[in-house]
Amino acid sequence: MLKDEDRIFKNLYNDLGADLNSSKKRGDWTNTKDLCKKGRDWIIDEVKKSELRGRGGAGFPTGLKWSFAPKEVGSRPHYLVINADESEPGTCKDRDILRFEPHKLLEGCLIAAYAVNSHKCYIYLRGEYYNEGIELQKAIDEAYKDNLIGKNASGTGWDLDIYIHYGAGAYICGEETALLESIEGNKGQPRLKPPFPALVGLYGCPTIVNNVETVSVVPTILRKGSKWFASLGKPKNTGTKIFCISGNVNKPCNVEEEMGVPLKDLIETHAGGVVGGWENLQAVIPGGSSMPLLNKEISEKITMDFDSLVANKSGLGTAGIVVINKDQDIIKCFARIARFYKHESCGQCTPCREGSGWMWRILERMAKGEASREEVEMLFDVTKQIEGHTICAFGEGSAWPVQGLLRNFKKEIIKRNNFDPLIRSNKDIPYLVDQHLLEKDNAQNKS
Amino acid sequence: MSLKKISKDQPEKFEFDQQSLEAAKKILSNYPKGKEKSAVMALLYIAQRQNNNWIPLSAIKYIAKFLNMPYIKVYEVATFYSMYNLSPVGNFHVQICTTTPCMIRGAYKIVDICKKKISEKENVLSKNGNCSWTEVECLGACINAPMMQINNDYYEDLDIRQSEKIIDEVLLGKKPKPGSYRGRINSEPENNRKTLLNLKNA
Repeated sequence: MLKDEDRIFKNLYNDLGADLNSSKKRGDWTNTKDLCKKGRDWIIDEVKKSELRGRGGAGFPTGLKWSFAPKEVGSRPHYLVINADESEPGTCKDRDILRFEPHKLLEGCLIAAYAVNSHKCYIYLRGEYYNEGIELQKAIDEAYKDNLIGKNASGTGWDLDIYIHYGAGAYICGEETALLESIEGNKGQPRLKPPFPALVGLYGCPTIVNNVETVSVVPTILRKGSKWFASLGKPKNTGTKIFCISGNVNKPCNVEEEMGVPLKDLIETHAGGVVGGWENLQAVIPGGSSMPLLNKEISEKITMDFDSLVANKSGLGTAGIVVINKDQDIIKCFARIARFYKHESCGQCTPCREGSGWMWRILERMAKGEASREEVEMLFDVTKQIEGHTICAFGEGSAWPVQGLLRNFKKEIIKRNNFDPLIRSNKDIPYLVDQHLLEKDNAQNKS
Repeated sequence: MSLKKISKDQPEKFEFDQQSLEAAKKILSNYPKGKEKSAVMALLYIAQRQNNNWIPLSAIKYIAKFLNMPYIKVYEVATFYSMYNLSPVGNFHVQICTTTPCMIRGAYKIVDICKKKISEKENVLSKNGNCSWTEVECLGACINAPMMQINNDYYEDLDIRQSEKIIDEVLLGKKPKPGSYRGRINSEPENNRKTLLNLKNA
């Protein structure tokens, strides 16, 4: 288990209070000026050496991202945007940072803004986190009052203004370019990349978009040194991470642990074990609903870091772990996830707009045993038609969980949906009719 | 994309009152000159707050004028995001998260309670016109599942009995106490904490 002194978020459970004084006692804002005095290159270099990877899901190296921002400010100002639109099912880590460690985030904002030459920082907060927004605004006001941000922030000679921008319940706005569209006052539909936001972002200006957790760990990394951070975890998968363990566990919780911690340790030690015992485990979603599930055999041995999970055809994502035990109907669980994606698709790309609903309808039928045997292959084909054919990664996000289900539970699905598609009497299904069903009807009518 | 039902009963006129106007002006100053459009989301919230939790079409027109935007652009934003209510939802808008992490911990039992006590169908006002309920996607409190949101507050770690009590109170027009209903402290593992213990006991 990670030693307490190596934990970054000491106030994860709010034992100490989130206000400025308590935060200062924990070490926040102590020598921000000295850190910034060491220069932009030093900051970016330290973050690079720490091998910090973005905590929002994609795991892109943070230092590298910062280095993409133009070195000199040209005619267009630079922006820093913090992605606090946490909406991935299974994930609730940023909420606790916003509530209980807001000053870690704000200090991180100042350092990041300084490093990428930005005078303005927008925090895009999901609209449902209204109370968390109030806490965060309180922290911002405190920081302004203490001259930690604002004009000549923390005595660094750098001006920084931080604003909260509330979202309004659209999952897609967690995608960075959709988020920028949303701040600009449009509906949140992703943009084509390239150009990447680092060059053409908010209002067409160079913009760096980072997740809340990523930015919040930066001050501690600079204080304790990149070596310390890199010594935790595994090579290329360094540092600590907040894991959210939800679902069928006895003690669901958030916990900060080292990267590369065994999944079984997280579930058994911190979350009080699976409801009904480890033997009752059916599957685990390791990184928010977009990541393919792990079966029991893999869950037994897997360690929680980016590369190990990719090697097992899944991903760390946001590290929102959802434990599903054998009391649950696994097909129903994934039909519900498919419904989530159907509901949240922004409607811009046809494969996703049509495909997400298609997958949902097939899965709902499968849960009831009303799908035919050959529709199992059909479903897989639909996921492949979506994956890689959309502007943003939402396409993969909706297709991967279904692919994971098919990889691991195909037998179960076929057992339940085993009738011959040619028997017409079995096809009287009281749902919306999918295109492939219509096609077959047409074919039969012709012959 | 969420489906939006636009109310058939629309007030003729809408204008920001003094308080809303001040809030709107403050928001506008957050964005660079010439980018006032960015404030549209915040202004829609302000209108919703002023107009008892929902946005009439006249408010959309008003905001379009206020920001010098085409009406259709504001309409587009108002219909895209799920948190803007375009028909009345009552004083208490109950939103139950039913996405998988909540579902496997019994969220649909809460839905059943709402069906029984508030209204048979989603987005339909209760008999006394006081509240309505709706199923929503992940609200980002998965470790506190099952949970629901009433207006701005989260009600977490629910069971059937507690949920019934909450809905009863809401129907009577009272605001129940938000937070965990199992008495747990924030996101810590109940009675199973293995980390930061010296802080807890300090």
